[in-house]
Amino acid sequence: MKGDVIKYQRDNIDTDVIIPGPYLKIHDYNELAKHAMEGLDKDFHSKVKEGDFIVAGRNFGCGSSREHAPIALAYSGIKAVLALSFARIFYRNAVDGAFLLPIEIDESTYNSISNEDSVEIDTEKNEIKNLTKNQTYAMKPFSELIGKIIAAGGLFNYKP
Amino acid sequence: MNITEKILARASGKTSLSPDDVVFVNVDKVMVHDVSGPGVIAVFEKLKKKGMKIEKLWDSSKVWVAEDHFVPSVDQVSAQNIVLLSDFTKQFGINKHFKYGMGQYGICHTLSHEEAMVLPGEVYVGGDSHTNTTGALGAFAAGLGHTDIAYVLLNGKIWFKVPETLYFKLNGKLPNHVMAKDFILKIIGDIGTDGAAYKTMQFGGDGILEMSIEERLTLTNMTTEAGAKSGIIEPDQKTSDYLAVRGATKYDEVHSDANAQYEKIFEYEASELEPIVAKPFSPENIAEARDLSTTALDKAYIGSCTGAKYEDLQAVARILKGRQVKIRTEVLPAAISIFRKAMEEGLIKIFMDAGAVVGPPTCGACCGAHMGVLAKDEVCISTTNRNFPGRMGHVESKTYLASPLVVAASAVTGKITDPRDLK
Repeated sequence: MKGDVIKYQRDNIDTDVIIPGPYLKIHDYNELAKHAMEGLDKDFHSKVKEGDFIVAGRNFGCGSSREHAPIALAYSGIKAVLALSFARIFYRNAVDGAFLLPIEIDESTYNSISNEDSVEIDTEKNEIKNLTKNQTYAMKPFSELIGKIIAAGGLFNYKP
Repeated sequence: MNITEKILARASGKTSLSPDDVVFVNVDKVMVHDVSGPGVIAVFEKLKKKGMKIEKLWDSSKVWVAEDHFVPSVDQVSAQNIVLLSDFTKQFGINKHFKYGMGQYGICHTLSHEEAMVLPGEVYVGGDSHTNTTGALGAFAAGLGHTDIAYVLLNGKIWFKVPETLYFKLNGKLPNHVMAKDFILKIIGDIGTDGAAYKTMQFGGDGILEMSIEERLTLTNMTTEAGAKSGIIEPDQKTSDYLAVRGATKYDEVHSDANAQYEKIFEYEASELEPIVAKPFSPENIAEARDLSTTALDKAYIGSCTGAKYEDLQAVARILKGRQVKIRTEVLPAAISIFRKAMEEGLIKIFMDAGAVVGPPTCGACCGAHMGVLAKDEVCISTTNRNFPGRMGHVESKTYLASPLVVAASAVTGKITDPRDLK
């Protein structure tokens, strides 16, 4: 999986900035995508491309349980979020709904990846290649159940 | 095992569980509201397009529905969502649907305890992050997204990783000017907004035993703001009295074993706690109310599952009685039953005499959706739970989170005010 990075050098990117409260009434996924990251980055919708990745700091997706958050990002084209850590509901929504991959990275990887870098993610080798900088980083492997749900294509396709 | 491990063990048919075990647990109660309900319906539609037949739920008697985020309807889209939700409950035979404008209704988390929808020892999941609230009754209560709730509605179970438990012990009774809100803000300030990420926050000690159920609910409610999976308090006589008044007497309580394990124990002395305010833009960004006494305000908001229970309104009335508000002040009781009681006990008159506006239960302003959103640069002090950028309106508005006592005192002076400093 290859893509370009949109990096937000900050912690606690919450669901209210990922998709603000007034849009919670919307359940048309493509319409939600138009408002993704609106509370933090007004230009997100115009700059995001299919296959891009977001890189961010600690506690990504904290706040509400709104599944609108991973949905808005996924339907904007985001395939994975690489963050130092994730809030629990965002994490399980992303995985169980098969919207995008929440990938935990360490501090040095976070510092090494720059905005607009091209990276390649290999979830079998648990490796992230920075094609722009010719560097390779380790990603934290998914836990057993999470890996199985991702492989199945979401919770509804997973057979316990 | 501690109470959380024991509830999850019972619900997954295991004799023993430890933190980090992953289990599918049988769910006792499920809640959806007018945001997560249509979200679940969208998931069902997606599944149907893929060829899945969805004719009935696993057990519609265990499902209940609230209308709270977009009532009164804001526009045609939100009005349509209420119609969708009504069609959904009709189609699947869900009888417990608290409808706006038809008797009891209100914020889902408030109804969960006001209506005794959830009982001690149960596993309760809801399509809202503040589902944690109901853990104050001794249940395992956790918020989930639409896909997970849809899965529960069809299968009656869901996966959980057994959480580590952080134990918060309160020694002594809170002073009169300090509320549970101050205590939980202090805790979040101490451990941070991801300080309990993926974990359970359990509260105990003689200070918690002294505390009313409604105050306990404020603690568990805001465990969400520390990233917790759930918040929980062991049930006691106050719990059973509270539930008995609401007609619930049959349930299977769970208590921690004497040798229960906790990842960490935090101790607080009630007598040392102060009125606390969380400054923009994070619940962990705390200060003592007295240190912010020059902060000028445009609005005081008393509402939400966190800060508009009956005792919250009583605290506000204690301050507003015989005084006038100096800034725009809104009081929105969290459920109709609370609104009615506040009317019968004369609280509504006190609010109106003080100049405040009193409105119907809704999540509207708390999540910046409607019913009183903030303009650019406006500053609000609020009994709610979050103050992220744009949470209560314009992205450049500011929200300070505080107890009902502090919010009411600040409404009177127009600046952030410790209730002890009110003349």
